[in-house]
Order: sequence, then C-alpha cells, then structure tokens
Amino acid sequence: MALQARSFANVLVIGVAGRLDQDNCEAFRADLMAHVERSAHDGGAVVLDLSGLEYVSSAGLRCFMLASRQAKAQHGRISVAALQPMVAEIFEISHFNMVFQVFQTVREALAAASNEAVAAFDQA
Amino acid sequence: MTMRIRFWGTRGSIPVALTSFDIRDKLARALVEASGRSFDSFEEAHAFASTELDFSITHTFGGHTPCVELDLGGEEYFVCDMGSGARPFGVHVLARQARRPATVNVFMSHVHWDHIMGFPFFGPAYVPGTKIRIHSCHDVCEQAFRLQQAAPCFPVEFNQLAASIEFVKLEPDQPREIAGLTVTPHLQLHSGDSYGFRFEHGGKRVIYSTDSEHKLENRAEAENFAAFFRDADVVIFDAMYALAEAISVKADWGHSSNIVGVELCQMANARHLVLFHHEPANDDATLHGLLKEARRFEELTRSGEPLKVSAAYDGMEIEP
Repeated sequence: MALQARSFANVLVIGVAGRLDQDNCEAFRADLMAHVERSAHDGGAVVLDLSGLEYVSSAGLRCFMLASRQAKAQHGRISVAALQPMVAEIFEISHFNMVFQVFQTVREALAAASNEAVAAFDQA
Repeated sequence: MTMRIRFWGTRGSIPVALTSFDIRDKLARALVEASGRSFDSFEEAHAFASTELDFSITHTFGGHTPCVELDLGGEEYFVCDMGSGARPFGVHVLARQARRPATVNVFMSHVHWDHIMGFPFFGPAYVPGTKIRIHSCHDVCEQAFRLQQAAPCFPVEFNQLAASIEFVKLEPDQPREIAGLTVTPHLQLHSGDSYGFRFEHGGKRVIYSTDSEHKLENRAEAENFAAFFRDADVVIFDAMYALAEAISVKADWGHSSNIVGVELCQMANARHLVLFHHEPANDDATLHGLLKEARRFEELTRSGEPLKVSAAYDGMEIEP
C-alpha cells in the first residue's frame, strides 16, 4: 500500500487507499510511523486522507492508534478526513471516533490544524 | 443428546449488581416507552415488555463472575470456572439432585480471583458423597483453591469440605475425554497464563475462551486461534472492551474486544459468537450497545455464512 503524501504549510496530508488489514498492515505501519515521526511534532500535524480507503480491519486500526500515540508523544497532532461510509461506520463501531478527530473533508481537517495550511490548500 | 449451555456468571473481574437507582431508571424508561398505551392485564403488560421494549430496559446482563455450565443431558455436570456464578449453579445442582450426591467436572481457565471466588459458596462441595474433579493446566490450581479458604479469609477451611475433591492436570493442546466430553485446552495471553477450552460432544463444538488478549499485529497468533475455534458451533469469547479501549489504555490487560471476536470467528468459520466477561463498569445500555456494534460489524464484513452474535447474560441458555 503506497502512501501519497502532500505538504500544506506545517501539515502533511497522507492519502491511504485500498484495503488495510493484517496482510499489509505491518508495511503500512512502518511507512506511516516514518511520516508521523518527521511531521507530527512540535505543533505540526498529519491528516490522514481516507477517501480512498475501502476497508480497515482491527489490525489496520491498530496502526492508526500507534500513529496517534507517536504524534501525541512528539507534541504533534493527527486527524482523519473524508472517510468512506463503511470506514466511517467501522470507526464508530470500534470507538475510534473517540480517539481521533474525524473531519468530513481534508480541507476541514487542515482548517482545524492551521490557517497557513488551509490557505496553502486553497492556493494549490 | 442435545447439549445446552447455561450462563450462571458472565461478568469479568468483580461481581456487580443493579442499584435501586438503576431499577428506578429502567422503570421510568419503560413508562416513557409505554406512553399512551393501556394494559388491561399483567399478561398484556408482560407481552409489551417482552416484545417491544429494549433488552437493556427489561433485563440486566447480570453481575456474577464467570461460571458456564455445559449440560450434556447425562448424570454428570460440566462447568467452566468457579466465579461467583458458581453459587446459583450450586443451588441448581442441589435442586436437581434432590439429595443424591452429584459428580461435577470443573474446567478452570485460570485461577484469578474472579474465576474461583464462587467455590466457597458452591453448595454441593458441602454434601458428603459429591465428587468434584477440578481440571486445569495450572500447577498452582489446588494451591489457589486452598488459599482462598484459609484463615483469616474464610470460616470454612478447604479440608473441611465434605465432597471428595480431586485436582486433575490437563496438558495444552492434548485432547482428553472426560465422561463422554472431549476437551482440548489451549494457551492464551493473560497475566499468569489462561487456557481456553474446546469441547466436543455429539458432533457439537463449543469454545470457552475467556481472559485472553489477542495481539493484532501477529498474523500467526490470529491463525492459531482461528484453528482452535475452527467450525465451532458456539464461541464464548472475552469481549470485555471496545476495540479502541482494548488496544490503547487497556492494552496488555489480558482481555479482548467484540470486534476481534467477530474477526476471529469469521476466520474460523464459527457459527455463533457469544460476547462474555463483561466489563464491570459497563451498564446494561452500554453492553447492549457493544452487542449492536458487533452485529453491525459482522454485517459489514461478512463474506460467507452469517455469524450469529449474542451477548451472554446471567441466566441465558442456548443450544449449540
């Protein structure tokens, strides 16, 4: 699962697509953690754009949890945006919507992160 | 012969009970639901409560700690764990035996307090002629049973019990036939180790898997448990937490979630998942919510035959 990363000011938007389950979660976790380590620190933020994510299992959700923990440890932030209906429901069912800030769109997530980030997004 | 499973205790960690405020709130919610309705008899009101009200209003999941009976329809009794549910189970045994001594086969997942605390109140242990065989993979099983009845913790020493009590060591992953029931223990991740049991009788397969944490990053572990649960008619599963809780603040506490229960049962092609070992802090509405969420997750992720999902409650009976 290749991650697509784009920067908007101090926020990194990472696109996640396809299915995330036990078959590919370890490679995904390593890639995601590297991005989080570099970007979600000292006020910086990561937004996970899940518009292309079709399914996530418990093993995949664990990767999100580890990323959240890492971001918090570095005084950074992480949120999720643009969830497909099924993934949004899985977030609710598993109570991950209580762990993550969930936004309808990437733009809303950027606006919540910083004025500079949403301005950069609007200009792109 | 039909097998029946009776849940005498379904709560984890410590017994809980409804408070008078809980009962008042349930009554108030029922009255609101019945607004504008009139009932001419108790039967009409009963039918309304039974068919139209939410389970969390009309029932309670109950508060006894683990004790689950497998009734094979024969003379001998089979029961998993001796939590506080062992007290009502003992009342049931005494009533059914009508002064005849019983033979009771106990299978211990592990010896944490919530799984042994009912034994000092297990009536048949005080009846001469009763035979109790306590099966376990733990070397410390007998020591734990004796310790909890030692002074100054309890007034009756273990040695004073009238029943003949035997401790039988089981070996992990080694099937053993006990009075017509085949049982296979399996090691689980829990502080001090716990063991799940796979029971087979008359073509039916029942799994009792409580106090068991599953590490989601480990595919081999998931496949190992899917093999243990393979084609089970019923899987009684430790679903103490929601997934987010189980893998964050309560990671390494030795318990699992409703979501992982659904995933493992789907991998194993099991037929019926029973959520078990409920968190004592969860009220009936919360537990019912976790059940509904597990059912919805099963619908969303179903690829083959439907998996039935239930939440165990004290007094529930099912046939595999």
